[in-house]
Amino acid sequence: MITFKDVSYSYTPGAYALQNISLIIGDGELVAVLGENGAGKTTLVKHINGLLKPQSGSVIVGDTDTKKSTVANLARRVGLVFQNPDHQLFAETVEKELSFAMVNFGMPPEEVTKRVNWALEEFELAKYKEKPPFLLSGGERKRLALASVLSYDPQTIILDEPTTGQDDRQKTRMANLFKQLNSDGKTIIVVTHDMEFVANFIPRVILISKGKVLAEGPTEEILTQKEYLERASLLPPQLVDLSWKLSLSKPSISFEKVTSEALRMLEESRR
Amino acid sequence: MAIIEVKGLSYSYPESAVPTLINVDLKVEQCEFVLMSGPSGCGKTTFCRCLNGLIPASYGGTFDGTVTVDGLSTTEHPVYEISQRVGLVFQNPENELFCTSVEREVAFGLENLALPRQEIRSRVEEALSLVGISQLKEKSPEELSGGEQQKVAIAALLAMKPKVLVLDEPTANLDPMSANSILKILVRLHRESGVTIVLVEHRLEMSAPYADRCVIFEEGRVVLNGSPQEVLYSEKANSLGIGIPQVVQVAKSLSARCGFEGRPLSSKALAEMILGAKG
Repeated sequence: MITFKDVSYSYTPGAYALQNISLIIGDGELVAVLGENGAGKTTLVKHINGLLKPQSGSVIVGDTDTKKSTVANLARRVGLVFQNPDHQLFAETVEKELSFAMVNFGMPPEEVTKRVNWALEEFELAKYKEKPPFLLSGGERKRLALASVLSYDPQTIILDEPTTGQDDRQKTRMANLFKQLNSDGKTIIVVTHDMEFVANFIPRVILISKGKVLAEGPTEEILTQKEYLERASLLPPQLVDLSWKLSLSKPSISFEKVTSEALRMLEESRR
Repeated sequence: MAIIEVKGLSYSYPESAVPTLINVDLKVEQCEFVLMSGPSGCGKTTFCRCLNGLIPASYGGTFDGTVTVDGLSTTEHPVYEISQRVGLVFQNPENELFCTSVEREVAFGLENLALPRQEIRSRVEEALSLVGISQLKEKSPEELSGGEQQKVAIAALLAMKPKVLVLDEPTANLDPMSANSILKILVRLHRESGVTIVLVEHRLEMSAPYADRCVIFEEGRVVLNGSPQEVLYSEKANSLGIGIPQVVQVAKSLSARCGFEGRPLSSKALAEMILGAKG
């Protein structure tokens, strides 16, 4: 479990990046952190692996207060995948990139090989095994960055904008992988602007605006509130937008619900 | 008249056993707004690099066929000549901005053309105002947001007065609001100045309503080429994994369930059709 207790943080005195944040993310949750640019999303997740320590309040990961631990220690349990893969990738080959953390953590070589092979297959990177990461396409580098964190199997995985530059098929693959990891008990936190991805695949949303928690709850409940989306400068998912434009009494993120409402309206008009 | 004409283009990167582009034929008419998409790794970025001659000039490799831009063959004319006609915007603006101020960044290409000082000044002003960032001209590109940086990159190209703008996933790293504002700028430029636009984009729901034509790549080949309606409502598009907009999926489902005949590309258009039917 990850607990934020009244956490505040500012980079420059007087301007809060996070202000009195309290929230709980349970073990095995799949949750999205949404909010406008500069809302404090990245600042928030950097508190979970200890890259940032709260200036007031506390962050508890499992049974560890992050203030009393080190990033190196927390990193084994909390893996963070950065938005820009080029800030993360550095090894000479894809294979070395994937094994780096595991070798550092002192895992037995046969275990490392097994996991590297899993990652190469799972992320469709096998054909690039011996290649330097910088020769991969943008979308592929992104998957490699994700794979290099997932392969060492941390309990909690934080992903900063994992879907940018990914096509639909890769997004669906990624979502299925998240669901699978999730059902294995992993906690997955996705920082994103990709409203369609959230609407389709992520059950719970934490909405951050101007350093505060604006709302949190089931995805459909949050993403159908015009006021929340406007305050956090977010565009509605397409189905919500369609719900609004059709003035549905219950706007929805469900394809089936919105389609049957539309069907009902069409049939009514034909009568 | 076709401003871009690609005939039988096949290309392999050096030391690559597999060709990235295979026998691509494509014509882009002057003033067209062409949306290009396809699964990642399908050759979109490579194709963009061919349009301003970066391929083969800077990359080498095996190049077959012809790419003609504004009557100039990209293999017979140097990149600097082609790039005055075709401006290329990349996915990550960080990789292309390097000057200490926005104004200098936008002026850089013009200084290289050795234009008179007054001409440079007026073109910079014009380009900045076209994308709506005149107020940023003294700033350093480093301190700007991703969306603002992308606007600087676009302004720097506009200052060169290219006939064609090629944008390779310019909004991939931007939040939806910034992405939307970049797209609005492109739509306005296209309408007002008649510049030809080739936009590579995954988010079809956002961009398709504005495009004249939609071209889909798969494994180095052009597999679909037509109006956004023809392409997105085709059977083939479904199997490609390119993210058919949900509005299109709703309309297709309505067509299967009650014979709905509209082919909308935006939720606004679909809602109007449904509410319009209501009378």
